[in-house]
Amino acid sequence: MDFLQTVKIALRALRTNKMRSFLTMLGIIIGIASVIAMMAVGSGASYVISQQIASIGSNIILVIPGSTTSGGLRTGSGGAQTLTSDDVKAIMSECPSVELAAGTVRSSGQVVYGNMNWSTVIMGGGPELFEIREWGIANGRGITQQDVDGAIKVCLLGQTVADNLFGSADPVGNIVRIKKIPFTVIGVLERKGQSPQGTDQDDTIFVPLRTAQRNLVRSQRTNNVGALIVKAKSEDLLTKAEEEINSLLNQRHRITGGKEPDFSTRNLSEILAVAEQSSKAMSLLLGAVASISLIVGGIGIMNIMLVSVTERTREIGIRMAIGAKKNDILLQFMTEAVLLTMLGGLIGIALGAGGAMVVSRMLEWPTLISFQSISIAFVFSGAVGIFFGFYPARKAAGLNPIDALRYE
Amino acid sequence: MSEVIALTDIRRVFTMGDQQFEALKGVSYSVNAGEFVAIMGASGSGKSTCMNILGCLDLPTSGQYLLDGLDVGAMNTNQLADIRNKKLGFVFQGFNLLARTPAVENVELPLVYAGLHSKERREKALAAMQQVGLAGKENNHPSQLSGGQQQRVAIARALVNNPAVILADEPTGNLDSTTTAEIMSLFSTLNKQGITIIMVTHEHDVAAYAGRQITFRDGNIIGDTK
Repeated sequence: MDFLQTVKIALRALRTNKMRSFLTMLGIIIGIASVIAMMAVGSGASYVISQQIASIGSNIILVIPGSTTSGGLRTGSGGAQTLTSDDVKAIMSECPSVELAAGTVRSSGQVVYGNMNWSTVIMGGGPELFEIREWGIANGRGITQQDVDGAIKVCLLGQTVADNLFGSADPVGNIVRIKKIPFTVIGVLERKGQSPQGTDQDDTIFVPLRTAQRNLVRSQRTNNVGALIVKAKSEDLLTKAEEEINSLLNQRHRITGGKEPDFSTRNLSEILAVAEQSSKAMSLLLGAVASISLIVGGIGIMNIMLVSVTERTREIGIRMAIGAKKNDILLQFMTEAVLLTMLGGLIGIALGAGGAMVVSRMLEWPTLISFQSISIAFVFSGAVGIFFGFYPARKAAGLNPIDALRYE
Repeated sequence: MSEVIALTDIRRVFTMGDQQFEALKGVSYSVNAGEFVAIMGASGSGKSTCMNILGCLDLPTSGQYLLDGLDVGAMNTNQLADIRNKKLGFVFQGFNLLARTPAVENVELPLVYAGLHSKERREKALAAMQQVGLAGKENNHPSQLSGGQQQRVAIARALVNNPAVILADEPTGNLDSTTTAEIMSLFSTLNKQGITIIMVTHEHDVAAYAGRQITFRDGNIIGDTK
């Protein structure tokens, strides 16, 4: 008996009870739709996180100042101001696993242009900083080594700052006042978006490192830097680079024995890998919850198939008397169950994808419907049909033709 | 004439719990190709059990059954299904057509299980329907046909695979006397064309259409008249 004929017979049987077929399918439709939607939302979350990781730059280690104790009072982390531009140079020259290192200083204050003003973060840095952060210039030019060496009063605007001070006008060439000191705008940075911590990275204004050290930050020594940002040569060398930096700085800062270091290092990629993992675990969990509804749907299929076998006992008897083998009957009922679930699967995929799109439109949350999740859902719906269709089909195939023919 | 059916000392014992019931107590007879046989007997006489065995739906407890020279007793269920498909045609009292299925597809059904392609199936089915006088009713569903017409569809279905024997189990039991006469004369016509027919009935006037009457009582044959 050819397969096409089997499918035809199964379709006719399903058409005979349209309402019943649809209601039975509904369990599978809901199950598959929720699996698809959950997976779309989950992979959307992973996408957001990986975007944020990319926005930080790759293979990054942060060196931040530790706390300091003065007169028995301990400041919080970042209180010590012991990292210097010389530390940056030493890291660059003595740590073989480090590709680039940049010192930064950070301040905050009011920026004024004409009658507009905006309170923002002011960062001092050199050209390496933008290289490490993989942050390009949208408009104008970047900060050069000459700007740093000459402590020139120029600045680069983040997109948010540019929008708030200049609106749609071109800021390049204009003078803004940062903490009342005039700076010439030389460029606008590309949009970076949210950091993994949720802060707006574009709400920043950058000035050359030495300019910031001299004019914007109050510190004892002008070559003090706040945090260092270091790029390792490769992902594999991240841990090694971190160790090298730790031992070098311990040595330079004369930290021996039980003395508390005045700095700490943080490997950003590690933190973010954890975040990514937790989002993956979350989407797996959502998927698991959704597949429970698939199993419930499968039980519904089994139930209806059992009813169908009983109802059609006589038909089974006729088919057997006429020459249907056990396998023909088995295949026929299996085909019916699988068609039911696969049809439900297709509708569910369409509904789930549509639902995910509505969610992403309404909540402005990116959703990703991968070909992989669609094919998994489709195969899974077929598998549910095979699994839950087998028992009723076997029951049908095991009928005795004499009894089946006599069944009223 | 060649023997199409040869039964030798067929016994069939049913076991229900610890009770045993012997429905056939050593039945032997043979049917030649081209014969029209009526099997008669009261209910419980063993004629239905015998019919089930003839139809390869049931196997005898002991004894030998040769159908068209093949030993049916040694076959497994798949082989039996194949034999039913290729060597036998069934006509039932209750017609047993598939509802919501056009007449012509009902007739095609044995050919579906024989593995024929759709074009060949349709040709043979249409020919069989012509043979039973149902040309033009191909696409009617059973519910749109009269009892006599439904039984004709069933006969066409039994004929379509060119079986060695047609087995009819009370084929006129659900029909009125006029239709009974029509169906019986159709059987007679088919028999004259050389088709072997074995028919179970308990009505003497129906049995009279057959050339030979075998009578069962209590699991034994008590009469075999030609």
